[in-house]
Amino acid sequence: MLTTTILTAERQAELKEQYAEVFHKDPVKKFRPLAIVAALLAYLVACFFFFNIPQVFSDAKWDRAGLYMADWVSWQAQPKFRFRDDGLELQYPRFSPLGAEPDPSWVIANETADAYRVDFGPSDFIVVQEGLVEITKGGQRFEVVITDDEALLPPNATSAFEARNGRVKFSFGFAGNIEIRNTQVRVWRRFWGWENFFFDPSSAFWGMNGFEVISTIAAGPQLAEGQSNLSVAINDFLYNAEWQHADVFVKLLQTIVMAFVGTLFAGILAFPLAFIAARNITRSNAANWFMKRAFDFLRSVDMLIWALFFTRSFGPGPIAGIAAIFFTDTGTLGKLYSEALENVDDKQREGVKSLGASPVEVQRFGVVPQVLPLFASQALYFWESNTRSATIIGAVGAGGIGLKLLEAMRTGTDWENVGYMVILILIVVFVFDNISNYLRTKLIGEEAR
Amino acid sequence: MGAVSQSSPPKLSDATKKVHQHYQELARTKKLYSFLTIGILGAILVAALWFANASNSGKFIDRIPYFFDFVLNFLPDDPLEIFRALFDLPSPYADGSLKYDYEEGRHYLFGDFYLPEYFYEMLVTLNIAFVSTLLGGGIAFVLCFFAASNLVGSKAVRFVVRRIMELLRAFPEIVIAGLLAAILSLGPIAAIAAVSIHTIGALGKLFFEVVENADMKPDEGLRAAGASWVERVRFAIVPQVLPNFTSYALLRAEINVRASTIIGAVGGGGIGEVFRLSLSRDHAAKTYAIILLLFVTIVAVDQLSGWLRRKMVGDQAFQFGA
Repeated sequence: MLTTTILTAERQAELKEQYAEVFHKDPVKKFRPLAIVAALLAYLVACFFFFNIPQVFSDAKWDRAGLYMADWVSWQAQPKFRFRDDGLELQYPRFSPLGAEPDPSWVIANETADAYRVDFGPSDFIVVQEGLVEITKGGQRFEVVITDDEALLPPNATSAFEARNGRVKFSFGFAGNIEIRNTQVRVWRRFWGWENFFFDPSSAFWGMNGFEVISTIAAGPQLAEGQSNLSVAINDFLYNAEWQHADVFVKLLQTIVMAFVGTLFAGILAFPLAFIAARNITRSNAANWFMKRAFDFLRSVDMLIWALFFTRSFGPGPIAGIAAIFFTDTGTLGKLYSEALENVDDKQREGVKSLGASPVEVQRFGVVPQVLPLFASQALYFWESNTRSATIIGAVGAGGIGLKLLEAMRTGTDWENVGYMVILILIVVFVFDNISNYLRTKLIGEEAR
Repeated sequence: MGAVSQSSPPKLSDATKKVHQHYQELARTKKLYSFLTIGILGAILVAALWFANASNSGKFIDRIPYFFDFVLNFLPDDPLEIFRALFDLPSPYADGSLKYDYEEGRHYLFGDFYLPEYFYEMLVTLNIAFVSTLLGGGIAFVLCFFAASNLVGSKAVRFVVRRIMELLRAFPEIVIAGLLAAILSLGPIAAIAAVSIHTIGALGKLFFEVVENADMKPDEGLRAAGASWVERVRFAIVPQVLPNFTSYALLRAEINVRASTIIGAVGGGGIGEVFRLSLSRDHAAKTYAIILLLFVTIVAVDQLSGWLRRKMVGDQAFQFGA
């Protein structure tokens, strides 16, 4: 049976009086959370103006944003129609992803080759001919007349058109866009996917599907003198001019090596130094103090500073990255290790000591077995996080995939390569996270993660 | 040790002998595994070192003498130059070059009162770090409850939220910064976005682990009283986890100060950028001024955050500080 208590007004007043301290909160305490939240909000607002965010956002090139994002997962072909004295000429750029002699199915010439049709979709296309470009989009037709000096905006132009300096631009959205001038019509035709990811147009395997590649490798005619087709395929893949697989793999390996060697060395050096820094093990205040300040120094001089310094002295490359991670993490691991040592159980040390063991033996058998799993686990944790930070350290000049990412981003057109490297980095980070998690669970059990 | 155990040879029964023998066998296997592990680790290390040395533009052994040359030659004209560079005071060595143009960087606030360039840049970096911690922490705060198994029954929701956090954590900061820099132009906004996004992932993981370890009795009480999900989170979980959340956020703020310095060096503005420039231009006094300022700031931030954390959750915040 449920009983319901109904509080009458008198009873409520009575309770309020009886437990006054519950109902009457200290106003300072009451409003403190509110005050903290208000202060943080005020700080954010102040920073909003400190960083001049409205200005930055109004100056931003938002049209680029869509383009760059699309570039991650798509590619463009850029044919060009030139109006020559002797007629219309179709051109492709020198290193077109379509190969040396492109003949795409979406560009169709009429029999006399004085007009071309470029398809942008099932019902979207343009027809280019001398003096006139006909645009059809979604059943609507536009005619751009080209005079000797300029291209003229059609009378029924929509917002997809843009006219400037005698040029008319038209956008088909994702499928591409065109620019019409008095001398030429440029076409940017966009397709999903990563073009020529496996083989570039200079390779004999270019344009084959997976099955054809395998059958060529297995049973096709020999492609190169004194070389098996398989090694030709691997070679062509690794030295793909557009994707540079070999270089990307080497740079990725550099980043992994930087994190691995840097953390390992840091752990190895921090291990003995931590014994000096631990109050309960080295009974000298001066030694403890000095060692701890040394750790603080290594830690607090930022990884960036170490990285830039070592890049200057060793030249760009993984050694600078290793040294930067090594210096910073000797400080961090040393600090953590010495704190762990100060928290060890003294009973085991006393037990070993009471058996007449030498000071070194006391540490070896009384302390090390207690802390070693923890030490290894912490080193693994830093290995994991350094695999991530090695990327960015690389970008400031310490080599590795970071620098390659930065270079690819600086060109502003290689976002698909950036995407490729990001995927590789994510895979590496996930794999190493899981290895490290697994090892740490084995070392110190589930609950310590 | 050896001497101790051998001093009185124990008389063993047959059964004990067998146990002893098994123990010895196990110990031998363990030793073998240890040696194998160390051996493999050593082999990987040697290969890695060889690879690092081979792919570095300067070889380690060849560059060692230059390393010391660089450290020894990279000195300011006199020690006071460092402080002149730090406080934007005129230099007696001024020759019109960028190396001694300390006064150029002054940021006048009012009248003759100015903020020296590097203090201003340090302020930018600190603000980047704190704003990112607040933004990232705020979003992580909202997300973490959806990733906790004791609050959300749906495995799908938890899976999605956790994977999103992992992705945000692992996504290279430099790519976010680079992409935004291309759209918004170089500057602190790109750095804020990059550091915030990483912070969401990193704090989100720590937060939901705290939530999963929360005491569920208050939650049961509220549930019995008919509270909605939001009310249960607000009144049963949040008061328990808030101190730990704040402690983790403070720890993250320390890390973010470093992260925003580094992001700055690859184009995010702030002290990182001026540091990279002064080092690459061989301006020793400026470089040391920045190192000094960075060092003092980082130590101060660490101390302040450590003090706040200790106040908030006591010594347990220092058991495994990363």
